[in-house]
This record gives sequence, structure tokens and C-alpha cells, in this order.
Amino acid sequence: MNDPMNIYKLATGIPGFDHIAVGGIPLGRTTLVSGTAGSAKTVLAAQFLAEGLTKADESGVFVTFEESATDLRRNMINFGWDIAQWEKEGRWAFVDASPEPGQDVTFSGSYDLGGLLARIENAVKKTGAKRLSMDSLGAVFTQFTDSATVRRELFRISTALKKLGVTSLLTAERTEEYGDIARYGVEEFVADNVIIVRNVLEEEKRRRTIEILKFRGTTHHKGEYPFTIIPGEGIVVIPLSAIQLKQKSSNVRITSGSADLDKMCGGGFFRDSIILISGATGTGKTLLSTEFIAGGVNKGERCLLFAFEESSEQLYRNANGWGVSFEDMEKAGKLMVVCEYPETAGLEDHLIFMKKAIERFKPNRVAIDSLSALERVSTSKGFREFVIGLTSFIKHQEIAGLFTATTPNLLGGSSVTEAHISTITDSIILLRYVEMFGEMRRGMTVLKMRGSMHDKDIREFTIDAEGMKIGKPFRNVSGILSGNPHNSSASEIERMGSLFREEA
Amino acid sequence: MDTYLLKLYITGKTQRSDCAISNLRRICDEELSGKYQVVVIDVLEQPQLAENEKILATPTLIKELPPPVRRVIGDLSDSEKVLMGLDIQSVPRPAQ
Repeated sequence: MNDPMNIYKLATGIPGFDHIAVGGIPLGRTTLVSGTAGSAKTVLAAQFLAEGLTKADESGVFVTFEESATDLRRNMINFGWDIAQWEKEGRWAFVDASPEPGQDVTFSGSYDLGGLLARIENAVKKTGAKRLSMDSLGAVFTQFTDSATVRRELFRISTALKKLGVTSLLTAERTEEYGDIARYGVEEFVADNVIIVRNVLEEEKRRRTIEILKFRGTTHHKGEYPFTIIPGEGIVVIPLSAIQLKQKSSNVRITSGSADLDKMCGGGFFRDSIILISGATGTGKTLLSTEFIAGGVNKGERCLLFAFEESSEQLYRNANGWGVSFEDMEKAGKLMVVCEYPETAGLEDHLIFMKKAIERFKPNRVAIDSLSALERVSTSKGFREFVIGLTSFIKHQEIAGLFTATTPNLLGGSSVTEAHISTITDSIILLRYVEMFGEMRRGMTVLKMRGSMHDKDIREFTIDAEGMKIGKPFRNVSGILSGNPHNSSASEIERMGSLFREEA
Repeated sequence: MDTYLLKLYITGKTQRSDCAISNLRRICDEELSGKYQVVVIDVLEQPQLAENEKILATPTLIKELPPPVRRVIGDLSDSEKVLMGLDIQSVPRPAQ
């Protein structure tokens, strides 16, 4: 990255982070990472070095004031970072400045942190380090009585780091999620660049976010971005609003799996579109997604089904009931079914698992039944971000995605899912119950079909052993979508019709 | 009587380093008449020794013998604190 002001950036290699940092953190400078206890500062600091070693073959020095080197080696192995091995290879060095338990220290007269600086310089020279992490600055203050000295010395060290030519990440703690940048005011003397990591409790759910507060003299994306921590990988940042709408769109039509529905949609769905199926429980959403899958497999496409409401046995049984055999499709390698309870993970984790499944299986179409089940495990803000992240990812793959959403009311109504997703979907199909003469019937309409003509009728459909049958429009009922259907007599329809008839 | 082994870690030839060295010599002469050995280590020349001992601040004085190991950080200008920190009984003085 070459900025007008000639500040170069170093790609950290932390997934997603370099995207929001527009290339990485300022090269050869110090960047402060501030966060409360448990906000993953140490993981970030260690990952910065680990990614440098694995992705860029850049050695690193880890200066630790809090956890001992022994603890860090043990804790970080869970992320797949074999620090001990890197140390043997001379590519990773610890400067262990963690407090020694039970050691008696007395202070007599003035001092500086020359010992620490000499050790850092030694470690950097020995390993030829390009990256350095220091975790955490606040812990230095607790080891010494004279905070004015510590402040002055940390400033001296951060200046020395720039001279050494390393790009450094220094962590500091803060007491509140939305308050001062860091304790002891360290941001004022150590860094031109500040990143804040948060672990906010919101609606009884934890949500991790990362925000670049400032990069002096260079650009970055603003605002908080969610991230998650994955065993075996570390931090993965989800760069939501930094996603660009640059996917291509195609005019190729694919079948919905139902010839009748294809007709209603003006010839089928578009190949790279997102389709939302909305309806109350039992209206036939799972059937529609089953037909969508079957339609794809029959055409030789690969299909991926994420089920968050039913177990795989239930799904297979349901599909069999409609004459679709998921087992055969799976055996043929055309179908992958992923069943998961929404509660098994946070939404950010689900998003990453789903992306990985899509990348691995490379399907032509993806169905999610249901998207609204995932609402349960998230805040509304988190859910919105999830939906945006998922849709844009699917669109980038240039494949078709079909999501179902459950409406809370049996008749009419809309769901939160719809409110979040409707503007980014290309097609919306509504399934509604229609109460007529003491009977519950089912109605379907294509509400939106971006870039295409479509049937505007609300049609009745029935479900039998062969699946879905779409019938005639409800000509004598109105108010279906508002959840307040009432029958109109034949004469009324005639009268209404004549109002719009062109005079001869 | 035990012999004291005292190691003083300093960073280069600075005023603070000199000050610590002379303070230490004076205290040893006054309190440990002959029963001591002082080693001065410049961490700029021997950073690995500083690494092994986990030295952060300089000057740092470490009393390695007799046990227990004790540390005093600073230029040692406050003799009383140095003696307290090193766990050295002061030579008998007029009764308090």
C-alpha cells in the first residue's frame, strides 16, 4: 500500500483485519491495541506474530509483562501456533518480563528500564524480527512504584522500537467498553495508531468487535466490526460494511424445482440471486427448500442445505414423504446437508462455519432453513450483520441462495428477518394461511422478483405426496397478506372489475 | 559468617550507573567489611544475562548469596532501604 503521505502498511495476515485496515497496520510504527479484560488482546498480539511467521516468513519478538512465556506457549498451542518450535528455529523470541511470584523487590533511588530495552534490542537482533508484540503496558505500571518513570521509559522504548525498524503492536487495558482509551493514559505517549477491541454484553449475549480508532496519516475503515475466535485459527474479523457490491449478475435462469413456481417467477430464479421464502409455521417453507434442492440435483447441480430447525432424520423423512430422496443425492455427492442447532455457537461462528462449508463443497445452490432460527442466538444488530455478511458472500460465489423465514403470526405478519433482509434479496415469496369457510388453505405469491416480470396473483397451493401443487388465484378473497382475509361475493368482484375496465 | 555475592546490573556508563556503583561500594565497605564479592554486569554488553535474570529496570542489585535472593532497584542512594532490601543487619549502632 502506498499512501500519498508515504506511509507504508504491513499486512498483518489476520483474516479480515487487513480489509478494514485498508492493507494493514502502519509499517515500522507502533500501534496500540486497547481493550477490557477478556477482550482477546493477548490473542491478537500473539496472532500478529504467528501470521507473520506462517504467511510472510517474518520473525517476531513477544514481550510479555503479564502472562509468563510458559503459559503463553501452552495457551497458544490451541490456535495451532507452535511457539516452542519457532523458538527452536530462532524465529520467535520471548522477552519474559512477567512478574516473579514471591520475589521481594525494594526500591532505592532513581532507575530506568534500560534492562528491558537492552533485552528487547537483543531479541530483535538475534531473531532478525520484523514484528514485535508487547502485552500489556498496564502490567508494567503495577510492577513499579514510580509511574512517571514508567511513562517516560515506555515512551523511550516506543521511540527505540521505531529505530529498530520493527512494526509493533502494544496492548493496553481499559476499564470500560466505552470510556477512556486506556488506563494510565498510555495512548498519549506510545502510539500514533489506536485499535480498540471490545467484548460487549448486549441482550445477555457477548459480542466481540474491533474498531480502528485512528491511523495517523493513513486511511482505514471506520466503526466496529464483529470478530470471533476460532480454535485452531485464532481471530477472524468479519468485514461487513467494508464489503463491496461488485458482484456480477447474470440473466441465466435456474429452476425453483417446481414448474408452476417457475412460471410464477417468469421462468425461474436467476442463477446468482437470493430468494427469501417467508411464511408462518407449517405453510410449506421446508417443502419449498426441499424442492429447490431436488430441482438443482435433477439438473446435475451441487446443493448445500443448512438446517437449523430439524434433525437430519426428520429432514430425510420429510423429503421422502414428498418423493425426494436426500440419501441418494448425498451418495451421488450432489448434496451436503448440515444440521446444526443455532445455540451451538455464536452467530459470528456460524457465519464462518457456513462460509467454510460453502467454500469446501462449492455448491451451485444453497438453501438455509430457516434463517429466523438463527435470530434466537443473536442481538438484532448482530443478526443484521450476519445476514448482510452471508448474502454478500453467497452473491460473490455467484450461486443461488434460498433462505426461509418464519413469521411469528399464523395469518399475515412479517418477521424481523424480513425487515433485515428484504432489501438485499432479489426475490421474495410469501406463503400465507388463508381462512375460508372454516378451513385453512394455503396461499402463495411472488412479492418481488428483481429484474423480471412475475405473476402478481395470490395463488392457492396444496401439498400432497408428490410435493407442491400450485392452483388458481384466490379471486374472491381479499386481505390475505394483511392477515385479515374476507370473502367477496361474485357481484362485488364484477363491480370492482368494471371500475377498472376501459370504457368502450 | 557468610560471604555476600552481590550482582549489580547497569546499562552502560551513565551517571546513574556510576552513582549506583559508588553507593554500593560505600555500603559494602561500611556494613560488610571484607565479606562480600561484587560483580557489575553491563546489560548492553551481556543482554543474555539480563534475559536470564529477567532484569527490567537498571540499576538492579541482586543478592544471590546468602539466600534468600533479594532485589533492590534504583541507584541505591537510600542506604537504609538498600540494607533493608538485602536483609542485612546493620553494624551495631548506639542504642535507640
